Amino acid sequence: MKKLRILTVGVGGQGILLFSKILGEACLKADIPVAMSEVHGMAQRGGVVETNIVMGGIKSPLIAKGEADVLVGLEPVETLRALPRTRKGTVIVSSTDPVVPQIVKDGFAKYPELPPLFEKLKELFNKVYLFPGEQLAREAGTSRALNVVTLGALTGTGILPFSKEDMVEAIKSTVKPQFLEANLKAFELGFNAVTA
Amino acid sequence: MHPLVEAKPGQKLLLLGNEAIVRGALEAGLKIGAAYPGTPSSEIGNNLFQIQHELPGLYFEFSTNEKVATEVAAAAAASGLRSLTCMKHVGLNVAADALMTLAYIGVQGGMVIVVADDPSCHSSQNEQDSRYYARLSGLPLLEPATPEEAYQMTRFAFELSEKLELPVLLRTTTRVSHARGVVKVGEMPSYDKPVKGKFEKDIRRWVPIPAVARERHKVLLEKMKEAETLAESASWNFVYGNGTLGIITSSVAANYVYDAFQELNIDEKIRVLTLGFTHPWPTKLIAEFLSQVEKVLVVEELEPYLEEAARVVAQREGFKVDILGKYSGHLPRYFEFDPGQVKEAIARAFSLDLPQPETPDVSWVPDLPPRPPTLCPGCPHRETYNVIKDVLKDLGQLENTIFPTDIGCYTLGILPPIQMADYLICMGSSVGSPCGFSVATDQRIVSFIGDSTFFHAGLSPLASAVFNKHNFTLVVLDNETTAMTGHQPVPSQELRPKVLEDRPRIDIAEVVKALGVKNVVTINPYQKEKAKEAVRPILEKNELSVIIAKAPCVLYRARLAKKK
Repeated sequence: MKKLRILTVGVGGQGILLFSKILGEACLKADIPVAMSEVHGMAQRGGVVETNIVMGGIKSPLIAKGEADVLVGLEPVETLRALPRTRKGTVIVSSTDPVVPQIVKDGFAKYPELPPLFEKLKELFNKVYLFPGEQLAREAGTSRALNVVTLGALTGTGILPFSKEDMVEAIKSTVKPQFLEANLKAFELGFNAVTA
Repeated sequence: MHPLVEAKPGQKLLLLGNEAIVRGALEAGLKIGAAYPGTPSSEIGNNLFQIQHELPGLYFEFSTNEKVATEVAAAAAASGLRSLTCMKHVGLNVAADALMTLAYIGVQGGMVIVVADDPSCHSSQNEQDSRYYARLSGLPLLEPATPEEAYQMTRFAFELSEKLELPVLLRTTTRVSHARGVVKVGEMPSYDKPVKGKFEKDIRRWVPIPAVARERHKVLLEKMKEAETLAESASWNFVYGNGTLGIITSSVAANYVYDAFQELNIDEKIRVLTLGFTHPWPTKLIAEFLSQVEKVLVVEELEPYLEEAARVVAQREGFKVDILGKYSGHLPRYFEFDPGQVKEAIARAFSLDLPQPETPDVSWVPDLPPRPPTLCPGCPHRETYNVIKDVLKDLGQLENTIFPTDIGCYTLGILPPIQMADYLICMGSSVGSPCGFSVATDQRIVSFIGDSTFFHAGLSPLASAVFNKHNFTLVVLDNETTAMTGHQPVPSQELRPKVLEDRPRIDIAEVVKALGVKNVVTINPYQKEKAKEAVRPILEKNELSVIIAKAPCVLYRARLAKKK
């Protein structure tokens, strides 16, 4: 079975744990061996959050420097921050909508100008999928669905070892019923953003 | 129904290590659980707390600290019931007094003590290796590497505990507790009605006066011999691979070794001894392994616990085998490992070629703004810090004030622009350390403690402060919950879930007054001017005083409102 290491990064509050849980549930439904790790507790308070998901029989629930096959970013600066974990050929899937840190708002640090950095990213990697995640989530009816938009985009890349239907089933079994409709729409918008 | 209860035998679930422990414990017939929350162990208690409301045959409580929780579970096990307590590594320090003598008197029903270490200090103030507690106390120790193993080992731990009549330590790390993996679950016993145990009196067993303790120490040493025999043949301890080079490993590092082994194609060169039952050291198994290799690399996070075992065995057997690891500098004694680091260590130790991944040039990435963890938007702690700061500034005392702090969200008061956290050791040290500062310096002292931490370890140092006439101001940041670890209950909370509505409330102001503190004031930190007015006379005086800043955690209030 093909081994796949997916590193997902973002900011506390973006729903990255649920993102990973749904991805894991989809593996479970498709009978693909999966292991993952996440960070809870103090690190979540507005800080950088990451999850590591490995499929296909890998046991280590952590992805080291140069090991990520896919880098998923729910926030563009976090995508850039995680680049040392990539290698040549890593697939990049990232939202382009920034979450500006408090420290920038307070004037103690600078948030970089993104468009030239996106260009650089496209030069360096063959497969770069960028999409306005928050904008699409709002379009779907809730800005909280950024995580599911991103799942849609990741699924749209075609790199996952299971079908789109498996993923939709995983969303249905994980997301609370009252939010399901918006989330399924968010998923489609993310999927279309990278396949269209 | 709770998903950990609902799952049918044979069903596969994607579980956190902590959830796997809960399911394993339930399948083993856990009857009584008690804990104080602490990352990375918290989800064990959280799940048991929720589940008990669905299962009449399960009792769980959040006790005020880890020592109390251990005593609750120990008494249940002394009465013949299966019990469990769980805590983070530093929590075991609090429970250590109970642990050391509990090892002498032992248990009747199986008792499991889960301790979750935190290499790299993701959410902790130190990265102690709790495996040494197994050696210190003489208790059996299991180290799962994955959620699946955590589930299996929890079930086994209850059996082992009952066989040896000793509590068993189940030690995880962050990357086991907060890893997710696929667990195929088994059958749950019936939890339809409450089950009571019976405590059989036996003063020569349960009351370790010196004459009894001396005998019980001998009993413990005998049991350790028996435990060692069991460790020798335990299925958790196994060898794979061939060759004259060896690796000894345990816990999450065993996964990194396994993956490196697959990737480097070294099964004719290297044999691996993976250990899951690691106290007592299975010395015969280690000796047999060492006799087959010329060189061995020990791959374990934190302290050289197994490396020392290997050295002891090699010395005892007169083996000349090269033992590499921490002492040789192949691997560090600090921080968690990652798979790349382990691969490199293996390649270096055994002079193997290591294919290097082609990493992209990222020198073009500019300096990125950091995202330090911060107090949440609207957090009442920030308001309290500002009230105290303003008044001290007005009094010209800000520069002259030491701010001892404590363990909780409010430790983030260390960050700019607040910067009111100057000294911290452990839970409760915000009350004990001012007693020292007040006699050692002429500086003013204003210290901060949370409501949950106050009940955990703040009461006895406050009594000491009153009796010994120390001068400082203690600010109790009462946000009505244990916020940092996920909103567990606190005895003082007014805002509480329905299931706790019948519980008595312990008022912090009343407790403080009853302990003999004369200057006590309660403020609402959101009413800034009023709060400053109330605080000023307290801070003008140089006497022992307590300010209670009462306003619920915004996240907790929102979560509770959603449920109701």
